[in-house]
Order: sequence, then structure tokens, then C-alpha cells
Amino acid sequence: MTWIFENWERFWEVTEVHLRLSVVPVLIGFVLAIPLGWWASRSQTARAILFPFANILFTIPSIALIVITPVLLGVKILDEINVIVPLAVYTLALMIRSVADALSAVPGNVVAAANAMGFRPLRRFLTVDFPLALPVTIAGLRVATMSNISMVSVGALVGLGGYGQLFTEGYQTDHTEKVLAGLIGTVVLAVLADGLLLLIGRLLTPWARAGR
Amino acid sequence: MGGWLFDPAHWSGTTGIPVRLAEHLGYTLLTLLIAAVIAIPLGAFVGHTGKGGFVIVGLSNALRALPTTAVLILVVLWAGLGDFPVYVALVLLAIPPIMAGTYAGVRAVDPVTVDAARGVGMRESGVLLQVEIPNALPLIYGGFRGAALQVVATATIAAYTGAGGLGRLVFDGLALQEFGQMLAGAVLVALLAVLVDLGFAGLQRLTVSPGLRPVGTGGKR
Amino acid sequence: MPGYAERVKVFGIYIQGDPIGVVVTTGGIRRVIEFRAVTKRFEDGTIAVDELDLTVEAGTITVFVGPSGCGKTTSLRMVNRMIDPTSGTILVDGKDVLTVDPPTLRRGIGYVIQQAGLFPHRTVLDNIATVPLLSGWDKRKARTRAAELLEIVGLDANFGKRYPAQLSGGQQQRVGVARALAADPPVLLMDEPFSAVDPVVREDLQNELLRLQAELDKTIVFVTHDIDEALKLGERVAVFQTGGHLAQYARPTELLAAPANDFVASFVGRDRGYRTLTFLHADVPVHPVTTAKLGERVTVTDWTLVVDETNRPKGWLSGVDGEVEVAEKDLISGGSLYDGSTLRGALDAALSSPSALGVVVDDVGAVTGVVKADDVIQALAKARAAGEVPK
Ligand SMILES: Nc1ncnc2c1ncn2[C@@H]1O[C@H](COP(=O)(O)OP(=O)(O)O)[C@@H](O)[C@H]1O
Ligand SMILES: [Mg+2]
Repeated sequence: MTWIFENWERFWEVTEVHLRLSVVPVLIGFVLAIPLGWWASRSQTARAILFPFANILFTIPSIALIVITPVLLGVKILDEINVIVPLAVYTLALMIRSVADALSAVPGNVVAAANAMGFRPLRRFLTVDFPLALPVTIAGLRVATMSNISMVSVGALVGLGGYGQLFTEGYQTDHTEKVLAGLIGTVVLAVLADGLLLLIGRLLTPWARAGR
Repeated sequence: MGGWLFDPAHWSGTTGIPVRLAEHLGYTLLTLLIAAVIAIPLGAFVGHTGKGGFVIVGLSNALRALPTTAVLILVVLWAGLGDFPVYVALVLLAIPPIMAGTYAGVRAVDPVTVDAARGVGMRESGVLLQVEIPNALPLIYGGFRGAALQVVATATIAAYTGAGGLGRLVFDGLALQEFGQMLAGAVLVALLAVLVDLGFAGLQRLTVSPGLRPVGTGGKR
Repeated sequence: MPGYAERVKVFGIYIQGDPIGVVVTTGGIRRVIEFRAVTKRFEDGTIAVDELDLTVEAGTITVFVGPSGCGKTTSLRMVNRMIDPTSGTILVDGKDVLTVDPPTLRRGIGYVIQQAGLFPHRTVLDNIATVPLLSGWDKRKARTRAAELLEIVGLDANFGKRYPAQLSGGQQQRVGVARALAADPPVLLMDEPFSAVDPVVREDLQNELLRLQAELDKTIVFVTHDIDEALKLGERVAVFQTGGHLAQYARPTELLAAPANDFVASFVGRDRGYRTLTFLHADVPVHPVTTAKLGERVTVTDWTLVVDETNRPKGWLSGVDGEVEVAEKDLISGGSLYDGSTLRGALDAALSSPSALGVVVDDVGAVTGVVKADDVIQALAKARAAGEVPK
């Protein structure tokens, strides 16, 4: 712990990078997952294409994806994009399923009632289906965020920033405290992010707790 | 690009692809075995008694938040290089999904079935071993196969601290700026993950009672 | 009724090394299950059973009936120690159940529950073999016994290889009964076993249970909230009142004739006069009926009963005058059949028939004649005059 206080500026700097490298991919992956998950919730064909594809993406180790991305995108190995793209891809793979499951679980009678009241499809999706699908979606988002926060560290193995840098530096200089500092940072960040999402979920879905 | 992978020279010798594959598979299987021996009894016991569920959930979440890289490095710094740190890091990674799956599986067994098991005169051990666990197997396998996928993928970073496995191809390739080698490593890991999952899917088919398969597969919904 | 020796065999089940034994009381009644001042108060303060005193006689079907939440299940589950009483004693053949370790006790008491509670991961045969295997029978003997039971409960042998999910609700319930009977326990506890199946299947299962009981002569405690089921199955019926009180314990006829209080009277229902018919076996005159077979040319003057080759009823031909060829499309179906059992059956048959003539059939279902509603009413009046029916 003392290392953190003695090197506060450095710690804060890696925290910022770590936060950016984990939040940006979650946002990108999530936004892309909404239309795809919606498609998968409506079409058997979409599921047959998207789900196996998502499963295969998961089997590719993050370190491999991180080292391959620069070659595929033609950027330098030390570009942050090399962490953001793979993690966004993982988030997407995970969230397509969550969003699809969540939307499929919206009660059919509610959808029918909304149609009967004359909601147009897009409006209905935004004001009826999606809010009702939020609890399951947010559960998926929590898992994705947690795993992203822990995976960002892998980027440090190829020299990228974030808490992972404390791991690699600590390893190379036999400095246990530095590794521990990074570990603590990661766990705290994960716990905070998880709590925040939990809170957002509660605020957005007050009806989920009514009548319990 | 696939040249490196298909070069016969890389398929022989003590650092050849078959050896790396075997090492990687070895890490994976032994890790899963150790994790299962720890996580299944814990999850099953807590699921059976219904007490301390929050401990399981809390422990799972805490372990999930641990960055595997950090654990690996820490254990190396404390205990020295070798396979031991690899197993510690990977076992900690594999425990949460297996434990959570077992716990959820046992909790999900229909209370009527469990009541009937006691009603016909089973002892608590019988209720757990003959009824709850067999009925929880689909969810236990769910957690286990999830863990297997993660372990296969993550065992790659073992090579960072000089251990073996397919991660060697990735890290050596990175050091030599040999893209073909890195790609070969990635492809082989993904391939191995698929094969391992297929293997466990087969094991699941053999060991889970046909009575627990969803009814009307291929038709309904 | 089986003789004493057979009873001994049935009851010769061993609990913890010594036989529960056959207790012959001075009155000659072998009391099998006794509740003595049994009270159950749950941790939340709910009194589910209040000072229950009741003796379930050997070899009878005793029904616990009452509205939901009146403590029937709790009373039943205290017999096999799925629940232990707060105070009081329960004796099974004179032995305090609290002195027997629960798993051992339960292996000697068959238990059937509403949702059957079959083990989804085991085949039907393995489900039935559960208790014999727990009791240490060898595998082959247990499976042979299970196959036997399958037949006894009226299921085809090929059901043995199926899994519970592949059975209908009624079939699952039959397997549940078979599982409970597998180790030949002298006592059978049944908690709303037929409540979850549809009415037609329920009636089948009830009849099956009566047939089984005639052969097996177990001591059966049967819980239901359905008064009709209670009156049909019970030799003795215990009516429970909300709050865990026993309101009345009597034979069905007594219950109908002399309800102990308003609660029992209203629970048994206002149409109890009609229900009473169920218990009357007075003779009703059987009249001849004109019959015809499909395809025959007949001259119809009145309602004609059309029968098949084996003389089983197919439907009625209404009384149009003139010569017609008997065709399937002209048949008017409907009407329950009267098998000569109770007056209620006779009245049902007459009232539900399009011709107002109740078709009487013999054991094999062949027509022997018809009964008229008027005759049934007269028989009822006669029984009433003889004091057999409550007013
Ligand atoms: N485990 C329990 N804890 C608290 N109250 C219970 C429990 N089980 C049953 N009860 C209560 O005891 C009463 C009798 O229940 P039960 O015997 O199941 O009734 P029945 O089978 O006649 O419907 C009910 O009021 C029920 O709510
Ligand atoms: Mg009940």
C-alpha cells in the first residue's frame, strides 16, 4: 500500500489509462451489440450466424488478439487501439447474447399491447422493449466490464499502459509491492465499476423492485 | 502468413508445435482437475445446505476480479519460476465459474424432487450424491466448460514468465517480430479451445442422464 | 379380506432390527397409526396442527380432508418424520416414531406426493427400485420387483425404460404410487396425489387405487381438499378445520347423515342428499330395451339402443316412426352407463341419457337393460323410509 501513496502521481496516471482502456471498449461493444442482439432476438438465422461466431471469438486468447490487431489494422504495436479493438470485440461477443436473451424475455403480451396502442417499431423498441430488457442486459454488462478491467492488464505484456505496466515493471525489477499495487487498483476499479452499474440498473428500472 | 504454421521444421523437436500443444493441454487439464476438486464440493455443499450462499457469490466475484497476470507474477516473485505459479494463477481463474455453476445447479434442483428423496428414506449424503448432483450436472458442466475455455485462452500468458505452452509461440514471435509465429500461436490456442470444449461436450453427453435433456429438442419455441 | 397370516407377512417389515410387529388390541382392532395430543407449531408461530387425537385403523383408507392450509399435510408428514411434532406422540403400530431414525422409518412407509416427485435423472424402473435398493436389496431382485410394480399400477412394461419427463401427469402419478409400494410397506401416505391431474384421469386413478387396496390391504392415509374424493375413497374420513382442529372423524355415511358442526355441514355441501346416493345399493328394476345393430333395417317406433357386435352400447336412435337403415350418422350419443353399483350411478345414467333411459351394462360392458329415473327416486324414498338416508 505504501507504494501507492509514495508514487501517487504514477498510480493515478496508470489508473486513468486503465479506466480509459476498459470503459471505451465496453461502450463501443455495447452500442454495437444492441442492433445485433435485437436482430438475433428476432431471427433464427441471425442467431445461427452470430452465436457460434461469438463463441469462437471467445476462444482466442486476448494476448493473441492484442498482438495480431496492429498487423491487421496496420498500426504500431504500442497504439492503444490495439487493446481497445480486441476488448470491444470481446464485449460485443458477450453482449450480443445478453441483449438477445434480454429482448427475447420481454413478455409477448406487453409487446402486443404496445403494438395495439399504435407504437411504431423504433419508438416501441426504445420505450418498451429495451427498458424492459435492461435488467438482463445490465447483468451482462457487469460481466463484460469486470472481464475487461482484468484483461486490460494483458496489454502491458506487449508494452501498453494501465495497471499491467506495474505488473511487468514489478516483475522485471523484482518489486512485489508494485505488482500488489496494480492488483489492488484493478480489484478496486472492478468493484467500483460493478457497484456503479448495479446502481444505474436500479435507478433505471425502479419497477423491478416494486411489489417485492 | 500461414507459412510459419505449416513449416515442417516447426513440428518437431523439444520446442516444436506438438510439444507446445501437449504442454498447453497439460496445464489446462491439470488446472481443471485441481479446480474441480476444490470448487465442486464447496459449491455442492453450500448449495445443499442453503447456508452461506453469499460467501460463494462473494468469493466468486472477488476471484473473478483478480487479474491473472498479476497473480502469476506475484507467485513467481514469491516462489520462483516454474509451473507452480502457472497452476496457482489458472486454478484461481477456473474456480469461480465451476463453483458458481455447481452452487446454482444444486440450488436449481426442484425442491419437490429433493423432498421426495428424503421422503423415500435417503440420508443427506444420498440426497446430495444420488439426486442433487446428478440433476445439477448440466449446470455444473456449463460452469466447467466456461472455465475450460478461459483456462485454455489464459494459459497463453504462462509463457510470459518463461513457462511452456502455446503462449511461447506468441511471446517468442513478438520478441522476434515474427508475425507468422504469433498468428500460429493464436490459431492453435483457439483450435485447442474448440477441441477441448468438444471433448467435454462429449463427456457431458456420456455422463448426464438422458432424462435431463430438454424435451422436444429441435421442435419447440 | 386376507387372513391373519397374510397380514403378518404384509406387516412383517423390520424397522431398526425389530419388527414393528402386529399389535392386536383387546378390542380386536389393530391400531396402526395413532396421533396422541399431537401439536405442531412452526417457528413463525403458526399452529398447523392443534392437539390432534386420532387413530388410523389397519387396512383402511383413511382420508384427511379439509380446506387448504388446515394442517393436513403437516399431520401426514409427521408420520414419516418429514416434520417432527412440537408436542404429543405418534405411534406406528405401537412404536413411537421419534425413536426411529428418519431414513429408516421412511423406508418402511410409502410416500406419494402431489407432483409425483419422480427423480428426473432416473428411468421409470430405477425410480420404482429406489427404496428396495436403499434397503439393501440386490440390483436384480430390485429391478424384477420394479417391473412387477409397473404392471400392478397398470403401466406397460416398455414404460420402464422411459424418463419421467416422457410421461403424462397421470402416468407419473402411477409411477409415484409404484415407487411408494416397491418395498411393500404396510403404511402408505398419500398427499393430494391426484389433485394435479385432469378430472377424467383422476377418476381412473381413484378407481385404480380402490382396486389396488382391495388386493394389498395397506393402511393408507390419503390427504385431499376435495370432499368428493374423500367420500369416494375413504373408509374413514377426518375433516380438518382451519387452525389445525379435527372437526369430525367418521365413516362417509355418518359424515353425510350427521355432520358434527356447521363447518362440516357446509364443507360436505348442501347437495349431500344426492351424494348419499353414492352409498346406497338398493335394487332398481331393470327394464328390457329394444336394440338394433348398425346396418340393420329396422322399424323404429320408440327410442332404440344401437349396439355393436358384442352387444356394447353405441348410441340411441330417436323415435321416428317407420323403417330405416341404422347408420352411424343418425346415432345420438351421450349418457353415462350404469354398472349396477350405486344409486347415484343409476340416477346419473337415467338423467344423462337422451332417451331418459339409463343404459345398464354388465362387467364386460354388454347391455342388459335400462333403468328409469322414477324407479331410482322410488328406491331412494324406500331407503329413506328405512332410515338409511339423512333427511
Ligand atoms: N414450514 C412452515 N413454516 C411455517 N408455517 C407453515 C410451514 N408449513 C406449513 N405452514 C403453515 O401451516 C398451516 C398448515 O399447512 P399444511 O399442513 O400444509 O396445510 P394443508 O396441507 O392442509 O393445506 C398453513 O397455515 C401453512 O401456511
Ligand atoms: Mg397440503
